[in-house]
Amino acid sequence: MTATAAMLAVLGEFGDGVDFILHAREARSGGTEVGGSTLLPMLVKHLELTGASVGIAVALAVPIALWLGHVGRGELLAVSVSNIGRAVPSLALVAFFVAYIGVGFENVTLALVLLAIPPILTNTYVGVRQVDRDVVDAARGMGMTGAQIVRRIELPLALPLVFGGIRTSVVNVIATATIAPLAGVVTLGDPIIAGGVYGQDGRIGASILVALLAVAAEVVFASLQRAVTPRGIRSTSRVRSLRRRFSPA
Amino acid sequence: MRRITLVLLALVATLALAACGSDDDGGSTGAATAPAETTQAASNQIQSNPGNAKTTVTIGSKNFTEQKVLGEIYAQALEAAGYTVKTELNLGDENVALKALKDGQIDGYPEYTGTALLSFFEVPTDQLPKDEQQAYQEVKADFAKDGIAALPPTPFTSSNEVGLTRERAEELGVTKISDLKGKEDDLKLYGTPECRQRMDCLLGLEKIYGLKLRDNFTPVDPALRHEVLEKGQADLSIVYTTDPQIERDDEVLLEDDKGMFPPYNSTFLVKQSFLDQAGPDMAKTIELVNQGLTAQAMQELNARVDLDKKTPAEVAKEYLQESGYIA
Repeated sequence: MTATAAMLAVLGEFGDGVDFILHAREARSGGTEVGGSTLLPMLVKHLELTGASVGIAVALAVPIALWLGHVGRGELLAVSVSNIGRAVPSLALVAFFVAYIGVGFENVTLALVLLAIPPILTNTYVGVRQVDRDVVDAARGMGMTGAQIVRRIELPLALPLVFGGIRTSVVNVIATATIAPLAGVVTLGDPIIAGGVYGQDGRIGASILVALLAVAAEVVFASLQRAVTPRGIRSTSRVRSLRRRFSPA
Repeated sequence: MRRITLVLLALVATLALAACGSDDDGGSTGAATAPAETTQAASNQIQSNPGNAKTTVTIGSKNFTEQKVLGEIYAQALEAAGYTVKTELNLGDENVALKALKDGQIDGYPEYTGTALLSFFEVPTDQLPKDEQQAYQEVKADFAKDGIAALPPTPFTSSNEVGLTRERAEELGVTKISDLKGKEDDLKLYGTPECRQRMDCLLGLEKIYGLKLRDNFTPVDPALRHEVLEKGQADLSIVYTTDPQIERDDEVLLEDDKGMFPPYNSTFLVKQSFLDQAGPDMAKTIELVNQGLTAQAMQELNARVDLDKKTPAEVAKEYLQESGYIA
């Protein structure tokens, strides 16, 4: 115990932040406890919000992008959506929603859905378009219907990129859900925003937690992405996805 | 129709301000520290002292309307007293402003007694003094240890309040916070994220007034505190005493009958060494222009900036002229 305390002391402000995560203490403004286990409901809310937003975004964006990719149209739409998504800061988006729709779990979810859609939509579209045309022609020649081609050829071959998109969205949403306490949802952003109550330790502690959450999501979805990659394209897909990641599109 | 009421309101407020000014004519002799001067000056007008021109004063303020207006008032008043004045009126939060003062980037700025006690001297919210003078004396004593002088505060306090629309207040038949007892079940309360865990906010409403509002509380961006009332999303909202929307939107503040909200009067902070070197006119001028700054006057000045879109400099000049401090 004293060893941990000493180690945390050496780490300075960072150590104070970690200590805040581990142990509850009197709030800086007095009268209540903060930190430690009191962070748990916020963590749960944070995950609920992230799950709901990304879930809805996947349900909306994947079918649309699959269809657009399958019929080979809507390139302009896919590219525009992705570019707009990148240009509009999520904070402004949430502020906009709060001003015009109001506050609460549903509204924040809606704003985060809009934030989560572009990477999923674009990646899915590109994933379907990059399927080798010869493979699609062969499938058609074998007598597969359009729906069968989407389900059995294009979707499996696009899955690595689809999951790449979801992974980007999840990390974005986890980071952005920190502004939810300004719109009625108490997430892990609360200690970051309400500095007068939690103090600097709380601010750093919550930031560490959110960063850890984002890294964990990144790791989980990276392995999912690997797992869903069809064996046939596994060796080349890594090269391809790397190339894609470093190319400026 | 609405415009006419606004114009009328502005007129009434102007008259009220003028009235405040003339009231001070009679009362200032008691408050002023230098009797020789007051007998000479028949009015409240600031006398220019050419000897002050060699002193350059840099006035700072934090980054919101009320602070900028206060900063401009002090800057223009000191200029009228003959000082050479510079301004630095957008310094971020209280920590930035205090650091700028200590580093000598600015020579003085207005700070609220409650903020100073909470933020700088880390007094927990449940231990803040409820009395305005006591709060000021504590702040003054604490700052004196750092070589900073806290000048006598403004009459207005800019603290948290429980606000609601007049319509809703009449419906509920409430005038005091304790009147809410037993009615709180279907009342939605909105406040800042911090409010949730502060004794001078939701926590105090629960612990001091015994109101069961926790499940009815929604945290929002402080900028939305009046909008949620206007749109009917909230029944009660935590607002600030000097918010201009209170008068313009016909809102009611519930009386804090158990003294839960600590005082937030504005005191001017200046380094003691600078104050000594600047001469007696500096403190005297600031104390003089503070006299007219009642909650109502401050509300009106904030309204002219936030709602009528005038600049803080214009509004400060109007205040000084309407109160007769400058010609």
